[in-house]
Amino acid sequence: MKKLTTSTGWHAVLGLPVMLALAWVEVPVARAEYGDVVINNYSDAAGMRPVVFPHWFHRLRFRCNVCHADLGFKFKAGGNEINMVKIIDGQFCGACHNGDVAWPVENCDLCHTGKPGTPSQVHESDIQQFAQPMGSTNKK
Amino acid sequence: MNKRYFIVSLLIGITTFHMACTAQPITPARPAPAAAAPAAAAKSPDSDPLAFHRLHKPSGKRNRPPAEDGIHDPGNDGTHALLAPLSVFPSLPKANSGNRVDWVQALAAGTIKPRADQADATEEIVVMDLNIVREVKGSMPNVVYPHKQHTEWLDCSNCHPGIFVPLKGANQMSMAAIMLGQQCGVCHGKVAFSISECRKCHSQSKEPNPAPAAK
Repeated sequence: MKKLTTSTGWHAVLGLPVMLALAWVEVPVARAEYGDVVINNYSDAAGMRPVVFPHWFHRLRFRCNVCHADLGFKFKAGGNEINMVKIIDGQFCGACHNGDVAWPVENCDLCHTGKPGTPSQVHESDIQQFAQPMGSTNKK
Repeated sequence: MNKRYFIVSLLIGITTFHMACTAQPITPARPAPAAAAPAAAAKSPDSDPLAFHRLHKPSGKRNRPPAEDGIHDPGNDGTHALLAPLSVFPSLPKANSGNRVDWVQALAAGTIKPRADQADATEEIVVMDLNIVREVKGSMPNVVYPHKQHTEWLDCSNCHPGIFVPLKGANQMSMAAIMLGQQCGVCHGKVAFSISECRKCHSQSKEPNPAPAAK
């Protein structure tokens, strides 16, 4: 009886991580929320995950003019040359992410959440949604 | 008992492995090798001729939480602290594309009250109510551009004069340019409603076509 339990446990211990790993491999389809912006100008090169900016979350709280007129964000994914010094000095994200309006910069892993290697882009944009030939490699 | 467990887990393992091998890999991080792609496509469930949504995302895969959305890294602790879209979206007006939220309607109805200033919650945005009608070629209805809904969100300087010269007739428009992310496509098709919502812009009926002359 004791032997049976141990043996069953061994199979479960071996099988579960293998199945989980395979299940993870099966989920490569990129399908982030419409308007999520990946910013990867410097992150990968600096050994950080790229930033994923969720438009939907921010537009629940702010109108477009706040960031795109008052704070000077250009309408271009990766087009703003944002770096951490500028943020800490109160520019771009740092205008709000200062511990006052929103949580402060030390929460690195709340912004740097993207899968490593993901290029700068507006995710789920129409141009990414156009039907493409099977096996096409230029899907962003 | 012991043997049965092993066989079942082996079968599940093989099935999962087979599915994993035949799944269509389209992530930017791991592009499919060109030579392997046709073979993978031949066996892929994506190529099932009777499948629904063979080329498009089925409804069950929309608005997934960050850890499951394919672009956030589930191995990052912070990813799991982020708000899931569906914790908010069900209470907002629905739309047929994008993230399936009618943001203009949500703002007009007061469902959401986004600030017009970074820190001052009482600041009011300057709204201009002026419709611009653009007569279009072909059979599509004319475009009515409402300044009102746009200035509820944006500042004049966001569009003028960088994207649009503020002069009637001065801007040559094309759907091809819009689809490539210029003109209206700077926002529409990326963040604002998708270009698939043709009738939201092409909303003014033209005079009915004259009846074709009898032969």
